[in-house]
Amino acid sequence: MIISVENMTKKFRGSDGLTVHALDHVNLQIQQGEFVSLIGPSGCGKSTLLRVIADLIEPTEGRVLVNGKPAPQARKDRDYGFVFQSATLYDWRTVLQNVELPLEIMGFPRTMRQARAREMLRLVELGDFEGKYPYQLSGGMQQRVSIARALAFEPKILLMDEPFGALDEMTRERMNNELLNIWAKLGVTCIFVTHSIPEAVYLSTRVVVMSPRPGRIAEVIDVPLQQPRGTDTRDHDDYFHIQSRVRSALREGSGEAADSRRLREGIGG
Amino acid sequence: MPAQKTSQTTWTLITIASILVAVLLLWEGLKSFSRASEYALALPWGGTLDLSNFNNQQLPHLGDIFGAFLEPAQRNGPPLYVILFRASLFTLSEAVAGFVLGSLLGFVLAVIFTHSSLLQRGLLPYVIASQTIPILAIAPMVVVWMRQLDLTALAVPVIAAYLTFFPVTIYTLRGLTSVSPLQLELMQSYAATRLQILVKLRIPNALPQMFTALKISATASVVGAIIGELPSGIQDGLGGAILNFNQYYVQSPPRLWATIVAAALVGMLFFGAVVLAERLIVRWQVKA
Repeated sequence: MIISVENMTKKFRGSDGLTVHALDHVNLQIQQGEFVSLIGPSGCGKSTLLRVIADLIEPTEGRVLVNGKPAPQARKDRDYGFVFQSATLYDWRTVLQNVELPLEIMGFPRTMRQARAREMLRLVELGDFEGKYPYQLSGGMQQRVSIARALAFEPKILLMDEPFGALDEMTRERMNNELLNIWAKLGVTCIFVTHSIPEAVYLSTRVVVMSPRPGRIAEVIDVPLQQPRGTDTRDHDDYFHIQSRVRSALREGSGEAADSRRLREGIGG
Repeated sequence: MPAQKTSQTTWTLITIASILVAVLLLWEGLKSFSRASEYALALPWGGTLDLSNFNNQQLPHLGDIFGAFLEPAQRNGPPLYVILFRASLFTLSEAVAGFVLGSLLGFVLAVIFTHSSLLQRGLLPYVIASQTIPILAIAPMVVVWMRQLDLTALAVPVIAAYLTFFPVTIYTLRGLTSVSPLQLELMQSYAATRLQILVKLRIPNALPQMFTALKISATASVVGAIIGELPSGIQDGLGGAILNFNQYYVQSPPRLWATIVAAALVGMLFFGAVVLAERLIVRWQVKA
């Protein structure tokens, strides 16, 4: 077990002073080498769940173990790399220097830093761009740099929060394939937050469907599509069947929420 | 593209030249009225402007002002430009010392305020209040204190620093605290220390804003140095020269005007040096 979320609840105090139940008694176990997607409508707490696992947010109740350790310890041990919605590159650093950033913070010697950063840039096929500044790259290239940066210190876990959400469809499909290559090559465990059903099914070994108010896990769906995935996968019947299963799980999950909203607003019911 | 750039440069030069010519024409044009003292301009808000005000006593010819640079200020003394050049160097060195002192103080305050909202709330009102007190009221006191501390040479830099630290504090504080939440989370995901976050994220993020403050401070420090020289009784700088030529204004108005030109040049030179440093250091493109 590489990640274990046990009975975890997260409450926020909203701006109106009311308590928001972001996550309610969530249980999730993830094995080494899995690729797990978290999918659900906005407000279902999928990004919050990812941040609790990363110890960027503290849970209100429950226990989170990463690599068998409490989440804060795993963060201090740099057990995971995090990829954000936007590339969050530092404007004042070149591409190479951006990938070196985590290694600098961890105190690696300069020559080792550069060698490792160059290797990672080759992995995301940006070897020729190491001297450029972020503003000189396209959105897709920037996000690839941020993946190289997350992998630079060889973490065993990669946490990704809608990393391809801002990209166009073509770039997104290409990035999906690159990510699967890296996943297969390095044997890392991936947790991937997304809004897109096809993306979740294409990438994952398991899809975790979440529902909002309060944020819960509605259903966990296995994706037994053949590895490695590629163009054939996208034409496979099962690919579509699993997508429709995810879709109906999403509909059921948010259907209840819609009902309660209708009740609150006094329509029907 | 290069052709477009060239034409842009040409237009910039033409604009600068036109503004210069317009100022010269306005200046000398106003003076041309002063020959006949019966000219008076009716002002739209009532009253009249006596155009004889623009006589050589109140507004010397530009030619006379620049001519004054070449004439000796005292009988058998060196030409005025030599005196003003020495005075400018003296004042500039005081201003630079004050600028360094003030910028360091401003930077340290900003770093402290970034990390302690308690200290920020407690101290920032005094920092703001300090800027509402006229420098003319503070300067003589600083001179007395510094004399008592046996640090007389620091009196003028301290007065200049008083004017320069404030913009640095405010702009640097803004730059240090305006990091995006995601970039902070990124640092947290690396378990980075506060010092690492300061050095690798906050300070580079603040640099463009710090340079805005340093540009303001560069010119303010020259003003601070000149004002500081007055109560200190320092004769070697531009402040001393202004006092001196003010006393002899009736005999020779162009000398005081020439000193004003020198003071402006010192400020612009310092400003230009900071702009150059900014170009060398801030090489990335800042996101809007």
